[in-house]
Amino acid sequence: MFTKSLFRGFLSLFFLFSAQAQAGLKIQQWQTSNGSAVYFVENHDLPIIDISTSFYAGSARDDVNKPGVAAITRHLMTLGAAGLSEERISQQFADIGAQLGGGIDDDKSSLNLRTLSSALERDKALSLYMKILQKPDFPENVLAREKSRVIAGLKEAATQPETIGDKAFSKALFGSHPYGLDTEPEDVEKIDRYDVEKFYRLHYGAQGAVIALIGDMSLAEAEQIANQISMDLPKANQPEPLPKVAYPNAPLEERIAHPATQAHILIGYTGMKRGDADYYSLYVGNYILGGGGFVSRLTEEVREKRGLVYSVYSYFMPMAELGPFQIGLQTKRDQADAALTLVRETLDKFIKDGVTEAELKAAKQNIMGGFPMRIDSNGKILDYLSMIGFYHLPLTYLDDFNQNISKVTTAQIKDAFSRRINPNNMVTVVVGGDKESQ
Amino acid sequence: MQIFKLKSLSWCVLASLFFSTLAISAEVKEFTLDNGLKIVVQEDHRSPVVVSQVWYRAGSLDEVNGKTGVAHVLEHMMFKGTKAVPAGQFSRLIAAAGGKENAFTAQDNTTYYQQLEKSNLPLSMKLEADRMANLNITDEEFAKEIKVVMEERRWRTEDKPQSKVNEQFNSTIYHVHPYGRPVVGWMNDLENMTAADAREWYNTWYAPNNATLVVVGDVNSQDVLKLAKQYFGPLKSHVIPARKPQVEPEQKGERRVVVKAQAKLPYVLMGFHVPALQDTDKDVDPYALEILAAVLNGNDSARLNQNLVRQSQLAIDVDAGYDMVQRGRQSIFVLDGTPSEGKSVSELEVAILNEIEKIKTGGVTEDELQRVKAQVIATDVYQRDSMFYQAMQIGNLETAGFSWRILKDYPAKLQAVTAEQVQSVAKKYFNKDNLTVATLDPQPIDPNDNTPKGRPHVH
Repeated sequence: MFTKSLFRGFLSLFFLFSAQAQAGLKIQQWQTSNGSAVYFVENHDLPIIDISTSFYAGSARDDVNKPGVAAITRHLMTLGAAGLSEERISQQFADIGAQLGGGIDDDKSSLNLRTLSSALERDKALSLYMKILQKPDFPENVLAREKSRVIAGLKEAATQPETIGDKAFSKALFGSHPYGLDTEPEDVEKIDRYDVEKFYRLHYGAQGAVIALIGDMSLAEAEQIANQISMDLPKANQPEPLPKVAYPNAPLEERIAHPATQAHILIGYTGMKRGDADYYSLYVGNYILGGGGFVSRLTEEVREKRGLVYSVYSYFMPMAELGPFQIGLQTKRDQADAALTLVRETLDKFIKDGVTEAELKAAKQNIMGGFPMRIDSNGKILDYLSMIGFYHLPLTYLDDFNQNISKVTTAQIKDAFSRRINPNNMVTVVVGGDKESQ
Repeated sequence: MQIFKLKSLSWCVLASLFFSTLAISAEVKEFTLDNGLKIVVQEDHRSPVVVSQVWYRAGSLDEVNGKTGVAHVLEHMMFKGTKAVPAGQFSRLIAAAGGKENAFTAQDNTTYYQQLEKSNLPLSMKLEADRMANLNITDEEFAKEIKVVMEERRWRTEDKPQSKVNEQFNSTIYHVHPYGRPVVGWMNDLENMTAADAREWYNTWYAPNNATLVVVGDVNSQDVLKLAKQYFGPLKSHVIPARKPQVEPEQKGERRVVVKAQAKLPYVLMGFHVPALQDTDKDVDPYALEILAAVLNGNDSARLNQNLVRQSQLAIDVDAGYDMVQRGRQSIFVLDGTPSEGKSVSELEVAILNEIEKIKTGGVTEDELQRVKAQVIATDVYQRDSMFYQAMQIGNLETAGFSWRILKDYPAKLQAVTAEQVQSVAKKYFNKDNLTVATLDPQPIDPNDNTPKGRPHVH
C-alpha cells in the first residue's frame, strides 16, 4: 500500500490556474437575501449533491499578533457543533455515507459537502452541514488537543527541506504582507478559544460568503439550501480588501544549510491576481516556460537534456492580491549551482526573447483542446463555481476562456513577462547543497 | 504539484472495489484480440472525454536482485522514442491534442494513460501500439534518464524519513517475496543499471498478450474494438516467461527494524502477514479484513482515530490499511502512527496493539458494521464521478489476474461479512509471531553541519 506507484513525473500544474468550462455549462447565479452569492449547476446524471461554502477567512485574515487563528478556526468547525461532539458528527456523517471536505489557503476558507441526493441521506447531511457552518462550538478540550497536533506538525515541518524552503520563500517574497505571515509553534500556543470564536464571528458572515452547488437538485431546492446556509451565519461586515502586494526592489538570495541529499531550489517573483489584465498572456506564457508538464522549456533544458532533476516546474498562483510566481526544482546537492545557473539562463532568455509562434501554437492546442477534461466531473465543476464566485470573475468566464486563450499573441506574452517579471530582482531560496558551492 | 496521494490511492482502489458495483456491470464490454491483447471498455457519456490506459503485467514483482527498479526505469524510457516517434515526441503529440498523460509503476503493474477529448482516442491508440512494439532504447537517452530516476529516488525516499522507514519495513516483513523490494529500486542497482537491462525488460514483458487496454468514456465499445484491432491488431504476441509463485515462508517470530533519519517526530509502522484474495468465489477472510480495516480507520470516529488521537491523545496521526487485490497473492495488514509529543513509539505501539486485542476479545459492534456498510453504498455512487478511477479499478483487477466482473458481487460479499468473521480474522492473523515493527528514530539536525548523513554515497 505505501509507495506502491511511482509516477514518471509530476502531474500537471494546471489546476493552480485552472479556470475554465465549456460553452453550454449552464450556471445560475443569484444573491440570497442575506447577501451570499450563489452559483448553481443543475445536473441529474448521478444521484449526488455537492455543495461548497466559501468565506474570505483565509490565513491572510490572521491578526499579525495571532497568526494561526484562521487555520485553527476552520479546522475546529467540524469538531463540535450545536452541542454535538466531534465523535457524533463524524459518526452521523459516516452513517449516511456523506463526506466533508474543503480547507483553507491564504485567501479562502471553505467547507464542502458531498452527499447522496436521496431525501433521507440528503436531509440528514444538510442538517449536520448547517450546524457546522452556523453553530460551531469550538470546545476547549478539542482546541487544546488540536493545538498540540498542529505544533507537532510545525516542528516536524521545520526539519524537512521542502517545507523549510516553502516557508523561507514565502517570507522572502511577501515580507510583512499577510501572504508572508508565518505561524510558529509559540504562536499556536497563544491561541485561545476567545480568539477562535471571535475570528469565526468576524469572518464567517453571510455577506460575501460564496455558495456553490451542483448535482441532483432542482433550482427551487438549490434556492432553499442556499437560503438555509446563509440565514443563520454570523452577522459580520462585508470583508475588507487585503493590502496590496509590493514588488521586490532588489534581488534576494537565501541559502539554508541542510544535510539532505538533494538541494531544494525555489526562485520567484511577485505574480498576478485573479482577473488580472495580463492573466491570459502570463498563463499561456507560463505553460511554455514551465507549466506544460513534459513539454515545457524548463523540463526540456533541466530534465530531458541534462537529467539534473526529476521535477522542475513554474507556476503563477493568481490570488485576491498578487500571488507568487515560482520556479521550483530539487537536484543532487553537488549540482545545485549548475542547475540554478541553468534555470536562471532559461528564464532570462524566455523574458528577453519571448516565445516562438510554434510554441504558442502548441500551447494553445493543449490548453484549448484539453478544455473538456477540466469540467468532466461534478467535483471539478464545483471548484470552478467557487472560484468564479470567490474572485468575482464574470459569469461568462468559462464560456469565454478558450476564446481569450486563442487571442494571446507572442508579442503579448513577451510584453507581459517583461513588464511583470524582473529577472534581476528575483527571490531565490536554496535549502541544502554543498558547502563548496555556497 | 499534485502527485498521486499514494496512501489514499490504495485506499481508493480498495474502496472502489469495495464500493463499486451497480453502475459498472451493465455497461462494461470485454474483448480479446488474436494476439492476446485484452480490451475492457466502459461507456460513460456524461462528458465528451475519454481515458485510455494500457496496463502491463510487469512491475517490481517481476524483478530480480541486482536489477531492482528496472520496471520503473523502463516506464521512463517508454517516452524516449521509437523509429516513427522520436524521443519527447509522444508527449508533444498528446499535448497538441489537448491531452494529459503520464504513467506509473507499481509492484504489480506498469500503466500508461492519456485523458483526451473523445475524438482523439485514435491518436492515443496509435502511439501506445507503436511503443508497445517499437521502442528504441539508445545508450544516450538511457544515460540521461537514469540520472532523472536517481533524482526521483532521492526526492521520494532518501530525504523522506517516513519513506525510508517504509522501505525498511517492506524488506523486513518480506524476506523472500519480491514485495520486499522498493519499486523505485535500490540506489546501488540504479547506479549500475545499463540500457541493456532496460532493453531486456522491455523485450521480456512488453507484448500485447501481457497487456490490458482499458477505455472509459464517451465512446461506443464497438468503435473502440475497431480502433484497437486497427492499431494493436498487427502486433505480434510472444512467449511470456513462466512466473513462479514465490510464496513468503511463514513468519515465526516478531521482527523489528529501526531507522535513523533527520526528523523531529518519531513514527511507527507495523504489519501482519494476511491473505490476499485468491479465490473470488470461496474466500471470506479478505472481505472480513477489509471490513476490519474500515472499522479501525474508515472514518474520523473509527476506533484508531477516536481512541488514540481524540481520547487518549497518544497519537497525532494513526492509520490502518489492507489491500486484498495483489497479483503476488501476498498481502499485509498495516498499522502506523506518529506519537504525540512526550509519548514514545513504544507507548503508541502498545496502544495500537491493544486496539487489535480489543477486537480479538470483544469483537466489533453492529453499529460499526452498519456504518462501514453505509459508506460502501455511498462511495460506490461517488466513484462514478471519476472516469479515471473507474478505469483504475478495472485495470487493477485485470492485471492482478481477476476479472472486472467480480466488482458486481463485491458489495454483496462485504455486506455479508458478520461481526464474528471480523473478530475471527483478527484472532487468526494478528499474533505477535506474525508481527513486524519498523520505527523511526529521529535525529537532530545540527545547523552547523551541512553534510549528508547515512551511508556514504558513491556518485
